[in-house]
Amino acid sequence: MTGTPPSPAVAVENVEKRFGATVALAGISFEAAAGELFGFVGPDGAGKTTLFRILATLLVPDAGRARVLGRDVVAQMWALRPRIGYMPGRFSLYPDLSVVENLRFFASVFGTTVERERARIAPIYSQLEAFEDRRAAALSGGMKQKLALCCALVHRPEILFLDEPTTGVDAVSRREFWDLLGDLKGSGMTIVVSTPYMDEANRCDRVALMQRGRLLATDAPQRIAASYGRPLVAVHTANRYRALLALRELPRAQSVYPFGDVLHYTDARADAPADAVAADVRTFLEARGFKDVRVEPTPPTVEDVFMARMGEAEGAEAA
Amino acid sequence: MSGAAADAPIDAHDLTRRFGSFTAVDRVTFEVKRGEVFGFLGANGAGKTTAIRMLTGLLSPSGGRATVAGHDVARDAEGVKRDIGYMSQRFSLYEDLTVRENIRLYGGIYDLSDRDIRDRTSRMLGRLGLEHAADALVRAIPLGWRQKLAFSVALLHEPRVVFLDEPTSGVDPITRRQFWELIYEAAAAGTTVLVTTHYMDEAEYCDRISIMVAGRIAALGAPAELKQRFQTPSIDDLFVRLARPTP
Repeated sequence: MTGTPPSPAVAVENVEKRFGATVALAGISFEAAAGELFGFVGPDGAGKTTLFRILATLLVPDAGRARVLGRDVVAQMWALRPRIGYMPGRFSLYPDLSVVENLRFFASVFGTTVERERARIAPIYSQLEAFEDRRAAALSGGMKQKLALCCALVHRPEILFLDEPTTGVDAVSRREFWDLLGDLKGSGMTIVVSTPYMDEANRCDRVALMQRGRLLATDAPQRIAASYGRPLVAVHTANRYRALLALRELPRAQSVYPFGDVLHYTDARADAPADAVAADVRTFLEARGFKDVRVEPTPPTVEDVFMARMGEAEGAEAA
Repeated sequence: MSGAAADAPIDAHDLTRRFGSFTAVDRVTFEVKRGEVFGFLGANGAGKTTAIRMLTGLLSPSGGRATVAGHDVARDAEGVKRDIGYMSQRFSLYEDLTVRENIRLYGGIYDLSDRDIRDRTSRMLGRLGLEHAADALVRAIPLGWRQKLAFSVALLHEPRVVFLDEPTSGVDPITRRQFWELIYEAAAAGTTVLVTTHYMDEAEYCDRISIMVAGRIAALGAPAELKQRFQTPSIDDLFVRLARPTP
């Protein structure tokens, strides 16, 4: 078929939003395709929640245009609302209601019943059923988020907006939650999700890196990581803090950051071979008395790119 | 003061807390040495918060004992509170007070003299590069600065031990790393640091960590040693293997 390509599930053009003197969104544009798992990755204050509230028809942008499922989020908000599922960042459940009461409430708001929807939410709800009568307030962080996801799904939305569903949740529950999102995507659901955890970018089809109301990059996580553009090496040594301070004095250092159990060193010479940079760094540290140093080229991650772009953006602002 | 306390400003032995028939913290034993950065990890509901509340003198133990900064947490909770610092992501500073007013308030709470408060305020603002924001409301300064300021305020009275409860939650990746440099500086100056985090890469920044599972310590040691012992490539993988979320 040569017809027009399918319209995107979300199309946002130059959306701006201010609160008094604070610029929450400084002109955001992106598209998410139907069936895509699209992530916004950024810290608190990046503007993620403002953007999600606009997409969920709860907030009106100052400028620009946002369409969800082909409908304008302002002009056609009433047609849109029943078709979208929204899970706000802060706890969105009624703490004094039980698990099943919360679910019944959200079902009734959209004119359906838990019984009618049970089969569809079963894959997630089965993990909660044993605690059906427990008050939502008494659930663990991970369980609360699963219940909130069920509540956002109970009216059969065509698209889900999940604002920081894994924030403050432990690493095990976070993995389980992303597994659930993978299953939902497999069933054809379009999912737009935000997270402050850089490593979760890799669970998305595409991500937008967000900082201070702007997008630093939008692409598949692998392509973002590959766009780093400078030689990056990992430094293994017992005294990382001392090595970090020493490496900052290396004139060719672009940046040095702790990164898990290693240091990530980026050289300012964009075209230097990574092996040569590794040898330079090892020689430098050995001359400074470090005896246990191992240095090797390492593939950049989304977090490396985020930090580099963030530094550039702030440098440009300061200039 | 006992000799042991000088070596281990946090010393817990069989520390236990029951709520009715539920044992939230079950015979937890560990020490943290002077100047050590200790990562206190566990799934939601594993008992971390209850343990920290006991160690900071806010909740009395049902069994076992613990000394923090040389004070028994059960018999001398006030002594513990005086000699520790505490910072959490959720609440540390008053947003409707200025930077300077917050520092002054905490200085007053810890009974510092006006002169000490003045001296330490200017030293702190200088070190953080925040002189220009001294009279700004805390709510008006960026989150990253707020977290660094909160940490410095928690150290204002020069406590021997500082408890950091998810101090970097939601903070951007560069500021998160700058925050860890402040932690290293404090530790190098002899402050003992106990820190909780959901960022598993930060677990790797600690000298030693413990992982709590269902009220007990399931693993305790240096990150490299634990990865070797459990044959896992990262602390993230180890955590997932050990921790089973409790509902």
